[in-house]
Amino acid sequence: MSNSKKTDKEEVRLMKGNEAIAHAAIRCGCDGYFGYPITPQSEIMETLMEQEPWNTTGMVVLQAESETSSINMVYGAACCGKKSMTSSSSPGVSLMQEGISYIACAELPCVIVNVMRGGPGLGTIQPSQADYYQSVKGGGHGDYKLITLAPASVQEMADHTVLAFELAFKYCTPALILADGVIGQMMEKVILPPFQPRLTEDEIRKNTPWATLGKPANRKPNIITSLSLEAEEMEAINLRLQAKYREIEKNEVMFEEFSCEDAEYLVVAFGTSARVCQKAVEMARSEGIKAGLLRPITLFPFPTIALSNYADKVKGMLTVEMNAGQMVDDVRLAVNGRVPVEFYGRMGGIVPAPDEVLEALKTKIVKNN
Amino acid sequence: MTTTEIINPENLVYIKPKVLNDNPMHYCPGCSHGVVHKLIAEVIEEMDYQEKTIAIAPVGCAVFAYKYLDIDWQQAAHGRAPALATATKRLLPDRLVFTYQGDGDLAAIGTAETIHACNRGENIAIIFINNGIYGMTGGQMAPTTLVGMKSSTSPNGRTVPLNGNPLDITKLLAQLDGTCYVTRQSVHNVANVRKAKKAIRKAFENSMLGKGTSIVEVVSTCNSGWKLSPADSNTWMVENMFPAYPLGDLKDL
Repeated sequence: MSNSKKTDKEEVRLMKGNEAIAHAAIRCGCDGYFGYPITPQSEIMETLMEQEPWNTTGMVVLQAESETSSINMVYGAACCGKKSMTSSSSPGVSLMQEGISYIACAELPCVIVNVMRGGPGLGTIQPSQADYYQSVKGGGHGDYKLITLAPASVQEMADHTVLAFELAFKYCTPALILADGVIGQMMEKVILPPFQPRLTEDEIRKNTPWATLGKPANRKPNIITSLSLEAEEMEAINLRLQAKYREIEKNEVMFEEFSCEDAEYLVVAFGTSARVCQKAVEMARSEGIKAGLLRPITLFPFPTIALSNYADKVKGMLTVEMNAGQMVDDVRLAVNGRVPVEFYGRMGGIVPAPDEVLEALKTKIVKNN
Repeated sequence: MTTTEIINPENLVYIKPKVLNDNPMHYCPGCSHGVVHKLIAEVIEEMDYQEKTIAIAPVGCAVFAYKYLDIDWQQAAHGRAPALATATKRLLPDRLVFTYQGDGDLAAIGTAETIHACNRGENIAIIFINNGIYGMTGGQMAPTTLVGMKSSTSPNGRTVPLNGNPLDITKLLAQLDGTCYVTRQSVHNVANVRKAKKAIRKAFENSMLGKGTSIVEVVSTCNSGWKLSPADSNTWMVENMFPAYPLGDLKDL
């Protein structure tokens, strides 16, 4: 198939986070996008439809009748060894959980984007981080994990799209980009990734020999299923999955530290909250409070060891999230009671302001030391 | 002719298609699935499509269809087979892609996936086994269960006030602009087996010609679920199922 005529040169562009995902998907050789409209992420499919990548890279873009259907289209595409993705926002991602569980069990690579909005229920269209538990603890039925990336900028929306496909194929498992309405909607400058051609069918047969592309005479049928009626077989599948998750925990942890070297107080936040907290840390420093920020970039695998190491260095930690306190559980597990961990959060679509975070840092952590 | 002479190639009048493997089937004796599997295998072999076929298995008795036909298979979540087939066919347009689904899978939990795949005119074939009951889970009422028909969740027979009407989804699918061929067949006797095979072949050929979605409903028996012998099931099907689900082409463009 013919690749785009566009050059591989780096292009700096101004765009929304959602648009960056769409452009990055086309550029990194994505074969298929299947989605259903929902605010605040509809620009992903709108951008793809406007770009008409089927005319350039050959990428298929299809608007499905529901999120249930779009994740199952992704399942079908992933069965064929194709680079496929879907995107949605919180209520839609809830609908996808059945399909995600099947894909995880069948050990197929794919990328799912959740541009979170406030819940529960239909909730609100404003940004939220209340799907943390759903994302990193499994989400659907059964024991499985998703590689979960938490972008905090438009640049990372593009970068994580490429990275999510790499990790999904490296481990044959679904990768989730967990953004929120702020990151999806805000405009920033972004350097889009270079164009890579879509994989040819020969490459797919070589890289993913399990792919259902049609059975040549010289191999057995490829059967992709998540069913095993024998309990012993099913336990073996579970053990294999768990071994893979341990491997991911060992190899793929990513986090960013901001003014942590001499920090006495550590703020832990991801995504939009981390952007707010970076400002709060700067304000704290200007008042002489030695605060630092640790921003997990991967939520699964979680930077447990890094946080554990800080437990011996800092006097207290404050976890800041746009939810009722979810990641704070994992921070507390990481430090295992060695240091006080407090929480500050806003819910229902409210983004905390830096001065609120600073105040929480002072009253919940600094004051008690 | 002795038994050894019978298997001499010159005396062969019938041979099992190679696409159908030797795994013993889990289907109950008298069940229609085995016959339909064999017909699909024969058609794939006659079209020389074994290397180009990708099939989607449902949830239901045919969940294990992938054990019997030596082709590439994807096993879908309950009702979602047309969504998997949609993506597979769009990404691999030169492949034969078909789903194999029962009435609960296609006409209850998968209604949306079925109707929208058909309405988009996806170039796939749907083999639809309608036996009016959930066989795999032990004989519960299905969307196609007839009024008065007993099942484990309609033990005194289906009634419209309590359970609603049987759903003739095939008639509904024939109304959609995306379908090119909608037919209702059965495999309870030789003449009908032959007709059903022709229908499956036409459905597969339509998919490869890009004419739209083809649906082959096979009105089938479930003697275990119906609590009848295989022979009595066939008679019961002719007398009760066929008036509600009459055989023949509903659409052939």
